[in-house]
Amino acid sequence: MKFHGYKRIDGKIGVRNHTLILPTVACANETCRIIAENLPEAVSLVNQNGCGEVEGNRQITQKVLSGLAANPNVFGTLMIGLGCELNQAEEMSRIIRSKTNKPLEVLLIQEEGGTLNTINKGIRIAQDLIRQASSCQRELFDISHLTVGVECGGSDSTSGLVANPVIGRVSDLLIDLGGTVMFSETTEIIGAEHLLAQRAASPEVSNKIFEIVNRRESYLRGVGEDLRSGQPSPGNKAGGLSTIEEKSLGCIHKGGTRPIMEILDYASDTKKKGLVIMDTPGYDVLSVTAKVAGGCQLIIFTTGRGNPIGNPIAPVVKVTANKDTFKKMEDNIDLDFSEVLEGVRSIDEVGNEVLEEIVRIANGKRTKAEVYGFGFTETVMSRICDYV
Amino acid sequence: MDKKINAILIHHNDNVITAIESLQTGSVARYQDDQEIVEIVVTEEIPKFHKIAVVDIQESESVYKYGQLIGEAIKTISKGSHVHDHNIASPKRTS
Repeated sequence: MKFHGYKRIDGKIGVRNHTLILPTVACANETCRIIAENLPEAVSLVNQNGCGEVEGNRQITQKVLSGLAANPNVFGTLMIGLGCELNQAEEMSRIIRSKTNKPLEVLLIQEEGGTLNTINKGIRIAQDLIRQASSCQRELFDISHLTVGVECGGSDSTSGLVANPVIGRVSDLLIDLGGTVMFSETTEIIGAEHLLAQRAASPEVSNKIFEIVNRRESYLRGVGEDLRSGQPSPGNKAGGLSTIEEKSLGCIHKGGTRPIMEILDYASDTKKKGLVIMDTPGYDVLSVTAKVAGGCQLIIFTTGRGNPIGNPIAPVVKVTANKDTFKKMEDNIDLDFSEVLEGVRSIDEVGNEVLEEIVRIANGKRTKAEVYGFGFTETVMSRICDYV
Repeated sequence: MDKKINAILIHHNDNVITAIESLQTGSVARYQDDQEIVEIVVTEEIPKFHKIAVVDIQESESVYKYGQLIGEAIKTISKGSHVHDHNIASPKRTS
């Protein structure tokens, strides 16, 4: 099975051809937004961080931002900094360069003399990047070059009954064809760890599965919080999910049945083929951002209650098995699996069709979130503690 | 008369089913257990996609869905009644 993708100079294959306007710090957000708004083919994102943070948080900020710039869906990046921030553009450039040699330009607001000058110069630089990007042609590649992230959000009972099992089937198919599937949301593994551990490719992977779950639970206990005050959500409960264990048992179906090859740290990438798990909180915008920073070219997002989010860099395909949700939020949801719930179609049948749709989307077909243009492009990063 | 399935038993060992439509008090929940169609009378209103007990469940007894432990009863739950966070909670963890 093949798809049409863009080969980057670093050898990775993208399914989109974005020019990224990247803020090193929140102070540069508006400048980046205005540059991107003037150029329909540029994308930007909101970065809440980059200063006033402890070392641990700064490293997270750098890891996520550099991961996004290095994602194969990005042709090149114009990075905008302020000049005095903790997350210095020079260090960011070094980190990005350690991951990729794709085009990277930098402007500093303090050096350029204010936002207007930076916007003016930035638009010209980005315009040139976009023109370079527009010369890239899609070529045919084997589907094994795809790393697909799978996410569940706004889960209800239909998620565990149908939506996640269908995506699990897609996951198995992709992996059998040599691709990589990544899921995350560690808090939504609680209650199902033992099932995942049974599929670990090695004892090391098995131990790490329990480790990442225990670490998240004890971290929250350590700051005097109870994980179960946030999980399941009110929407999960209204949709029939009573405990985090019940939710997790439904969630893990989206990972299919194949062996788990690796447990990745937050926002890390992988060289492995097959099924991998990234350690992230269960907060969907954060989890999607982390997987894209980890190299996923495409995200499949199952929802029971409905969710509109996308990502600036990767297409986010929304699927549901809840017919009412699909009808109510049809402008945000791409695929409806309710016929499987009604017993009219089988998981395998629909799973095979979904894989074909994934290839179409990889080839360029827009997801509903993408069609809104520079919207539904939320990003969130993890934190280890408060700002300073 | 062709009676429609309106609930799902995921695993043979589960003691709850999931209603795939909302069910009124006194109506019949109909689900498939392997090759058999099973009917139970629903003793309270069940919202769409919520759970129903298929047997009596005693306080502190385990609740199973997907053939796995999803929680423990925090009250006695009678057959045919609504199972949710008012009468079940996460199982106690040893760590």
